[in-house]
Amino acid sequence: MSNFVELSIAKAINAGLRKAMQEDEKVILFGEDVAQLGGVFRVTEGIHAEFGDSRIFNSPIAESGIVGTAIGLAMRGYRPVAEIQFDGFIFPAFNQITTQLAKMQNRSEGFTPMPVVIRVPYGGGIGAVEHHSESPEAYFAHTAGLRVITPSNPNDAYWMIQQAIKSNDPVMFFEPKKRYWQKGPVNLDEPPMGPHQARVLQEGAQVTIATYGPMTAVALQAAEIAASEGTSIEVIDLRSLSPIDFDTIINSVKKTGRLIVASEASTFVSISSEIAARVAEKAFYHLEAPVLRVGGFDVPYPAAKLEEVFLPDADRILEAVDRVLSY
Amino acid sequence: MVQLLSPEGEYGVPKEWAEYGKYIDRLTEADFLKFYRDMARMRRFDREAEALQRQGQLGLWVPAIGQEAAQIGSGYGVGHNDHIFPSYREHGVAITHGIDLMSILKMLRGVNHGGWDPVETRFHLYAIVLGSQVLHATGYAMGVKMDGKVGNGDLENDLAVISYFGDGATAEGDVSESFLFAAINNSPLVFFCQNNQWAISSSVASQTKVPLFQRGEGFGVPGIRIDGNDVLASYAATAKHMDDAREGAGPYMIEALTYRIGAHTTSDDPTKYRDSAEVEYWKARDPLIRFETFLRRQGIGQDFFDEVAEAGEKLSTEIREATFALPQPPTENMFKYVYSEPHPLIDEQLDWLKRYEAGFGEAGHA
Ligand SMILES: Cc1ncc(C[n+]2csc(CCOP(=O)(O)OP(=O)(O)O)c2C)c(N)n1
Ligand SMILES: [Mg+2]
Repeated sequence: MSNFVELSIAKAINAGLRKAMQEDEKVILFGEDVAQLGGVFRVTEGIHAEFGDSRIFNSPIAESGIVGTAIGLAMRGYRPVAEIQFDGFIFPAFNQITTQLAKMQNRSEGFTPMPVVIRVPYGGGIGAVEHHSESPEAYFAHTAGLRVITPSNPNDAYWMIQQAIKSNDPVMFFEPKKRYWQKGPVNLDEPPMGPHQARVLQEGAQVTIATYGPMTAVALQAAEIAASEGTSIEVIDLRSLSPIDFDTIINSVKKTGRLIVASEASTFVSISSEIAARVAEKAFYHLEAPVLRVGGFDVPYPAAKLEEVFLPDADRILEAVDRVLSY
Repeated sequence: MVQLLSPEGEYGVPKEWAEYGKYIDRLTEADFLKFYRDMARMRRFDREAEALQRQGQLGLWVPAIGQEAAQIGSGYGVGHNDHIFPSYREHGVAITHGIDLMSILKMLRGVNHGGWDPVETRFHLYAIVLGSQVLHATGYAMGVKMDGKVGNGDLENDLAVISYFGDGATAEGDVSESFLFAAINNSPLVFFCQNNQWAISSSVASQTKVPLFQRGEGFGVPGIRIDGNDVLASYAATAKHMDDAREGAGPYMIEALTYRIGAHTTSDDPTKYRDSAEVEYWKARDPLIRFETFLRRQGIGQDFFDEVAEAGEKLSTEIREATFALPQPPTENMFKYVYSEPHPLIDEQLDWLKRYEAGFGEAGHA
């Protein structure tokens, strides 16, 4: 028996957080404006009313402090879930995340697990001012000791946030902010799969598109257009950026022989670069064409009036599809 | 709290604030009228910008209604050589230093990220990452001192630096670090904190245990609280402490107690976290009305206020038309300023993009 409800990604994360808080009283939430306001995206709306000050509170506006104290709280046996208000404001916390959170367990040779979740709304396309539209996931995937995951739909959002909270390792939980209000079915009874498995969203024969987070919907749209023109595309939602489920990608490439990796993040030294390198290494003889990366340009995220040019759309992906097919 | 103009518009200088009073003694009626004109201009600009945002002409607006006295007074206290490091809400300070208001609207429309010349204007770019600008101001002030431009008694060439930031931003490590750097270097710097009592949904009471003007003390930066809704106090405190800094007295902090009447930005809904009674209380302490009452008592007639209202109409029309006329920025702008010298990676990407856009009509997909 499955118990399905229709939720947006934001509401699904909210429901997942509540569930985790009900199940374990050590789960606590904090960050800027998360309490009464429910966060600037209302992801934590109503949680303060339900759980009160001892379980959810506003932090001072100090990101290094937010992550640094999350580390101390974890040492004390709590399972902190900290919100960073926007992607571009995570950097004051970069030191605490990379030199402390990521390394504590290793430093203590396993004596100090770090069950900390850092929630980060990320990505662009919302017409915002500077620092509100960035995709900093590669910095964190590059850092040993962190797990990095990102849901693209409500069901995953609901389950992956709970899986992140249950993890004894620190988890960077990237939320595609542009898709917060996208709705879909959530199965409240059964988790879909582990948080680090990729999912084949759509099967296809000629080209594989691997993508994640906010670009998943764009890849599906590109696949639909391609299908109407007679090209069969397989779409993979990576879900996890560290570790990456290479098996699912390579199995797909063995079938299609062509791979495009799509992201909002710029492509130089990116998740996409890593996938391209791995696939070249592990599936070289199966490839009919070089692996192509479609992503933002290697420039600072532009002002809102130019973001449509910056962000890959279905046409940019299809241009790459044409290229891999022409080899 | 330094207050020279009571909420009822009564001017008076208590003995303890006599040094501030001297700065007001030097002002002429023309100065008073200029202050009022610009406070009204700032408010009008704000209302028009908010309307433009509602109509989809701006991506976002950051209202500063209620903070006119703090900003116009302080802005005029900053000398013609001094450098200003604002946050993102200092539209009034911009007005007092002749910044083209369209550059602010351009940024909030999403045409660019700022783009005005901070050297020529001495008004540095808006800073969105909280507290970041305060360290820049501190470094700039260190450089001014290294250049020997402090304490020469040369008003034409000596200069000081001022940084504006909010109550919430004081929590960022960057601000505490600024206090320390400025103190140990005896930098010519004024820390101007507009305590508008809210940082999005966080009240100032939840952000600090000790009054903010005392925040710098442990680092060696003394401070004072002023009535931020009193344009004369804001002017006098800024002018005095900028003079002191220019003369080599080292850094100082001013906390201007004011109130954010509007939302944090047009994306915010303050009814979620604060009482309308509190807003009404502060609306009744409107800095413009306070100053208007003072001016009328000084014998300023209705003609002047009519003239200001008319100028407001004109400003509205102008910025409206100018905003509608702002062109779509060219694609190259995204690439053009990233490096000062050619860079192969982005040169290649721009080249690809140009070919992609050119070919899109015919050769492009679908
Ligand atoms: C480093 C950083 N963290 C978070 C934010 C998001 N943010 C923007 S404004 C703001 C509140 C700032 O309040 P305050 O400093 O009092 O200034 P005010 O907006 O009241 O002028 C927050 C949390 C940011 N801009 N930068
Ligand atoms: Mg504030």
